[in-house]
Amino acid sequence: MVDILIVEDEPSILSSLEFILKHAGWTIESLTDGESALRRLEGALPRALVLDVMLPRRNGFEVLKEIRHNSRTAALPVLVLTAKGQQQDRRTAMELGASAFITKPYSNAEVVDAVRALLGHGSSPDASDASPGLN
Amino acid sequence: MISGNLVILTAFAYVVVLFGLAYFSDQRARRGRDGFLRSPLIYTLAISVYCTSWTFYGAVGSAANNGLEFLAVYIGPTLVFVGWWFGLRKLVRIGHAQRITSVADFISSRFGKSGAIAVLVTLIAVIAATPYIALQLKAITSSLRVMLASDAGSFATNIDDSTLALIIAAIMALFTILFGTRNVDANEQHHGVVAAIAFEAVVKLAALFAVGLFVVFGLGGGLAGTFERAAEAGVTFVSQSDFGGRWITITLLSAAAIVCLPRQFQITVVENADESHLRTASWAFPLYMLGMSIFTVPIAIMGKALITSGADPDMFVLTLPLSANQQILSLFAFIGGFSSATSMIIVSSIALSIMVSNHIVVPVALRSQGFNANARPEGVTRLLLTSRRVAIVTILFLGFAYFWLTNGSGALAIIGLISFTGVAQFLPAILAALFWRDATRQGALAGLLVGFAVWLYCLFLPAFAPGNPALSDWVANGLFGLAWLKPQALFGISGIDPLIHAVMWSLMGNSVALIGVSIATENDPVGRLQATRFVDVFRLGSSNQASYVRSSATLNDLFRVASRVLGYQRATQLFDQYEADRRDRQTIEPSPRFIAELESEMAGSIGAASAHVILSQVVSGDIDAIEEVIRMADETQQILEYSQRLENTTTELQSTAQQLRTANVQLRQLDQQKDEFLSQVSHEVRTPMTAIRSFSEILLAHKELPPAQRQQFVTTIHSESMRLTALLDEILDLSALERGESLWINANTDIGATLQRAIDVCTPIAQERGCRIVVDAIPHGQIVFGNADRLSQVFINLITNAIKYNDNADPFIRIETSEAEGQIAIDFEDNGPGVAPADRDIIFEKFSRGRSGGGTTEAGSGLGLAISREIIGRLDGKLELVSTEGSGACFRVTLPLRAEQQAAQ
Repeated sequence: MVDILIVEDEPSILSSLEFILKHAGWTIESLTDGESALRRLEGALPRALVLDVMLPRRNGFEVLKEIRHNSRTAALPVLVLTAKGQQQDRRTAMELGASAFITKPYSNAEVVDAVRALLGHGSSPDASDASPGLN
Repeated sequence: MISGNLVILTAFAYVVVLFGLAYFSDQRARRGRDGFLRSPLIYTLAISVYCTSWTFYGAVGSAANNGLEFLAVYIGPTLVFVGWWFGLRKLVRIGHAQRITSVADFISSRFGKSGAIAVLVTLIAVIAATPYIALQLKAITSSLRVMLASDAGSFATNIDDSTLALIIAAIMALFTILFGTRNVDANEQHHGVVAAIAFEAVVKLAALFAVGLFVVFGLGGGLAGTFERAAEAGVTFVSQSDFGGRWITITLLSAAAIVCLPRQFQITVVENADESHLRTASWAFPLYMLGMSIFTVPIAIMGKALITSGADPDMFVLTLPLSANQQILSLFAFIGGFSSATSMIIVSSIALSIMVSNHIVVPVALRSQGFNANARPEGVTRLLLTSRRVAIVTILFLGFAYFWLTNGSGALAIIGLISFTGVAQFLPAILAALFWRDATRQGALAGLLVGFAVWLYCLFLPAFAPGNPALSDWVANGLFGLAWLKPQALFGISGIDPLIHAVMWSLMGNSVALIGVSIATENDPVGRLQATRFVDVFRLGSSNQASYVRSSATLNDLFRVASRVLGYQRATQLFDQYEADRRDRQTIEPSPRFIAELESEMAGSIGAASAHVILSQVVSGDIDAIEEVIRMADETQQILEYSQRLENTTTELQSTAQQLRTANVQLRQLDQQKDEFLSQVSHEVRTPMTAIRSFSEILLAHKELPPAQRQQFVTTIHSESMRLTALLDEILDLSALERGESLWINANTDIGATLQRAIDVCTPIAQERGCRIVVDAIPHGQIVFGNADRLSQVFINLITNAIKYNDNADPFIRIETSEAEGQIAIDFEDNGPGVAPADRDIIFEKFSRGRSGGGTTEAGSGLGLAISREIIGRLDGKLELVSTEGSGACFRVTLPLRAEQQAAQ
């Protein structure tokens, strides 16, 4: 079981996310569009989802809505990332049931902290020695 | 020698026959067997009451003195009956529709049912008729004198002309009263009188024919012989002053008279039973007049040839047979002349007495304190009959007075023309009544007054001048000795025939006053209503009657009034009819329509003005009911117009508001587009910024990273920075393009070379991706007007897009060029995923990128196609997505070729 599923279509951003989250000690899986993300969630669930909004083939909001409507995935912690950065987007994300919301460009520590908070009570095997960020 | 008593007895016998005929006809009419009385022939013969003793005797006198002038008196009416038939028809139609009782009623009814006009017209008619009646008295007197000259034993030889005329007038008055005022007819039609008049028309024509035939064939021995005999005696027919001003004037006067003379109006309009009778009369009446005039000239010249000079030429019709000792013929001729005179006197005085009683006596009685129509059991019927009888006596006495005062002076024809000029003053008002809607009551009154005054001053009074020193002086020197006021040379215009002078001034003053005052004043509501009913009678028909809105009277009140005006029998008939017709039997209030019908019916007896007054009194106590209603209607009209204006304003405001709303919607859309654009720009900027920041932090935090990985991350940061710079450049570029700023210089550009350069630039990228660039043919020497750098930018954008988004296993891009109609088209076709149908419309929009389609993610600003389209558009070309057979997309650039452009210029 993977810890984190990343859905991001921008290659450079995806590689940065993969790098920092791996370095924080979590297992990672990546996808680049909304449709394949939903299909992936039919299988074994990750512990958390990092979701971009501007995605090809079903955007992040649609994906989030589906997740929350499906009882199997309803409790999945979801961190929403967006480059649009308007208040309306944040509100939409929260209404649709996002667990956390981060505007691009983000600081790496911000993302790691948010993911850790999502995984919070859940037992992360490497949580103790996972100390990414700017220490 | 003729016995004087025989002459007088014959005359009496003739009158008795006439009376019997009238009585018999009335009885037939009353029993409904009046078919023959209502024939067009009787109608036409009755119209010939126009031909009086003036015609019978006077025409011969006129021919003897003034040549062919006598013909003008026939030509005028002929012109009217033949040429103005439609005008007469309109007159008759209105007469029926409005139940007109006389010419005064006609004019007053048209001009707002004005009592003043009715009185004035009546006054003019009576005064104008006076010389005419005097003329008839003179004719009868003269003819009696001629007939009795040889019988010294007759009673008449011992009395003078005046007394004889007075006796004749008295007898005529008696007969007229017996003929015309035995009862008050519902619609003033006198069947008996009409029958008698028609009979008289036959008698006078036959008598004149008999004399004419005797003169031509008995005395002259044929027509040619007649003129030879006359020539032998030194008499030639002198047709002097023919066709001059006087001739035209008399034609005009007689044309006016055939309409305006009260007796002609009575017969033509009031006694008309059927409008279609006019059709017959229009040819038959001129024919009758031709018959009356055919022997005039022969009788005149034979009279001059055979009768001793100094004899009255007016009496040639009698003296010629007498001189030949043709006693029966001369007696017949006398009866013919007598018949002409009596028919005129009877019809004239009936017509005038109706006018006097309806327009003067009844209104005065209605207004006087003492008279109350409801208080008198006999009602107005008795009053009407009495006043008419008195009027007849008065009119005949006036005629006698004129005869007496003028000492019987003047030829018959001249006296007749004075009358004609007097009644011709009605003509402007009648014509205005028929055809000019804006003619007003005040205008008609002014015209009549001016015309009447000028006529009195210039023609009527001067007739009394011989034998009256004061009048003679006045005629010679002008009123108060003022030369410009000379009655026969007004304003110093002298040397004109007195008749032409008077006709010219009176009709001119009359018309000018009528037109001027009408223009200066406005019709009151009743006047407007009547004007429309008269002028538009053919359009409106007769059913359009005024109605009373408030009817405070009960049926009983109305019946009391109606029975007194119409008679008990007729009133009962009308009310029974109403009771039978009406649906609503509950109310005792009569319907406005019925009251209007009643007014119309009563107008037939007492004239429109009086009927209106008498009914208004009982109906609402408010004479101005109609005025009130029409005033209200006018106000309503104004309110409607006002609200129409308001409505228009409202519509305008609504339209403005709509425009504002539309503009607002457009502004909102623009604002939204601006927000979206900012949002998109923000996204496009944030994406490379995110990568740059994130990798910078990684590099800062992880000093331990292997050099290869560090190198990779730095390269990413660098390329993302370049992407950011390119994005900002393109945004500025597009913004400038959209603002219409030309940031480059156009020149003649070899399109082939430019395309080749773009392909060269893209080849490394293509090779990197394993994509083939297939070029069918590069055009050579084709020149377009543009900027080489900008064109390459477009081509590079299209080629790189085709390479970048092509996920085919064996990707290629094919570039083809073609030429048609001075245009060059370059297609960039690929075998990639193509453009989804949903994206076809938006692919050229900013930042659209066609995301809904493929999954391939490629770096790019999303502004390339938008910029490319702007560039090509500014070069008068077109960038479009065209359909292809293959799976991929095909973009086509079309540009106009320079050579063609130059040729076109």
